[in-house]
Amino acid sequence: MNKRSMVVLKTLAHAACFAPVAWLLWHLYLSVTTDPTALGPDPTHTVTFFTGRGTLRLLVITLAVTPIRRLIPQLAWLGRFRRLLGLYAFFYGCLHLLTYVWLYAGWSWAAMVDDISQRRFITAGLAAWLMMVPLALTSTTWSIRKLGGKNWNRLHWLTYAAAISGVIHYWWGVKSGVKTPLPITLALGVLLLARPILRWRQQRIALRVQRSEAA
Amino acid sequence: MLIRTKDEILSSEITPQSVYMNRRKFMAAAAATGLAAVAGETASRLLQPSRVEAADEKLSTVKSQYSTPGLTLTSFQDITHYNNFYEFGVNKDDPAKNAGRLRTRPWTIQVEGLVKEKKTFDIDTLLKMKPLEDRVYRFRCVEAWSMVIPWVGYSLSEFINACEPLPSAKFVQFISLADSKQELLPWNSGISWPYSEGLRMDEAMHPLTLLTFGLYGQVLPNQDGAPVRVIVPWKYGFKSAKSIVKIKFVKSQPSTTWNDMAANEYGFYSNVNPNHDHPRWSQKRERVIGAPIFRQLQPTLMFNGYGDQVASLYNGMDLNKYY
Repeated sequence: MNKRSMVVLKTLAHAACFAPVAWLLWHLYLSVTTDPTALGPDPTHTVTFFTGRGTLRLLVITLAVTPIRRLIPQLAWLGRFRRLLGLYAFFYGCLHLLTYVWLYAGWSWAAMVDDISQRRFITAGLAAWLMMVPLALTSTTWSIRKLGGKNWNRLHWLTYAAAISGVIHYWWGVKSGVKTPLPITLALGVLLLARPILRWRQQRIALRVQRSEAA
Repeated sequence: MLIRTKDEILSSEITPQSVYMNRRKFMAAAAATGLAAVAGETASRLLQPSRVEAADEKLSTVKSQYSTPGLTLTSFQDITHYNNFYEFGVNKDDPAKNAGRLRTRPWTIQVEGLVKEKKTFDIDTLLKMKPLEDRVYRFRCVEAWSMVIPWVGYSLSEFINACEPLPSAKFVQFISLADSKQELLPWNSGISWPYSEGLRMDEAMHPLTLLTFGLYGQVLPNQDGAPVRVIVPWKYGFKSAKSIVKIKFVKSQPSTTWNDMAANEYGFYSNVNPNHDHPRWSQKRERVIGAPIFRQLQPTLMFNGYGDQVASLYNGMDLNKYY
């Protein structure tokens, strides 16, 4: 992949990741100015689910990068988008947290402590966000070099934990009977299975190569 | 003590918000035609209004001493497009889309159980039984959102008296329509149909408990529980059964849908109570539907603000135990 097409693709990726936020901000602006119905009958709820779903989707897309590269070697350049995607996932997660702190808890410490200690779905959500913090902090090239590839990789397994925690948070947050978290759960499940399957496949290929060399 | 304000405007006299909004939309549409670029969404809204209009049948109503004064009404649009009515789908906008299939005539309510004799009441008989009153009530959903709705109906006690229950009747059970020809009855809701709700006899006989036939001065839109439902304003919304086809008087606490599904989350009483949280979220505050985003949150009131009238029903009861 040449440098110019990389720049174009990165610009497109930024646009695609930011477009939903732009949409949200525009409708937020509309709702406080000309059209109070711009964000629907329950705007707080709309913003909460919009940012929460965005976080989980981006996390899952980030996690899909490596398996796709392994499966289709021609798409190896996708690896250079992983950091961008992961950081956008964190950005959406921060917006989601801000929605809670601002619109639900009304900046009240008492309300937040109460929620975190008593409500497991909030605890799970907060845990997911907290796990994303060190990932975002160590996303620079400098910290990869500093930590060393192996340690950095090990630390970034946390992405899986954050995604799992986020999905649990989603299921615990919706009423029984509501199945909206199902698609994202299935997607994450596939990714979790993909890793060991791909490793097994690679080992078999390596074994075959060895054998043919021996013969 | 209920305070009545003078010159209260009947909700039926108020131009329904939908009509008012329509007028605006018309003007907006006129302006929009002059513009070359119409945003896709606006265009589709103008071409195909999302509203499933109610039959728009006016009901003649009288004022009520039981109406709650001084509240800002939720718009007709939101009351009819943000519904929990699982028979028509689990999403908030499903009932507005799917309830058009509900046939509200002919309609009867069967009365059975501990009564002098079994009876069947026709909906048109019920509509004429007592004068229909305009009653503005707060409406608080267990999911922590709220509305203010101008219902139309009369006290359920009037109807119960006509049912002639026996003194041994301690509870009353409401059964909603479950007909797969008219309703989706989604399997994934986890509900075993028909939907069942119940009240203690003294709760059912309380004058605030409303046998409801309409809202905003017209017949109930299908998605709001047409043609007849109950409204118990001091309890979470799910206690107020919709599209009722059967009423049963019984000796002991009847089984009720949400209580059967998750007793730790949905108590039989389910009185609005900011001091007793749902295990998964706080009940101290509520989001006002239709309010601007930064002013949506408001504190939830004990018994949804009807404590003066109903608290005495629960004297000596531990409301944390009987939530």
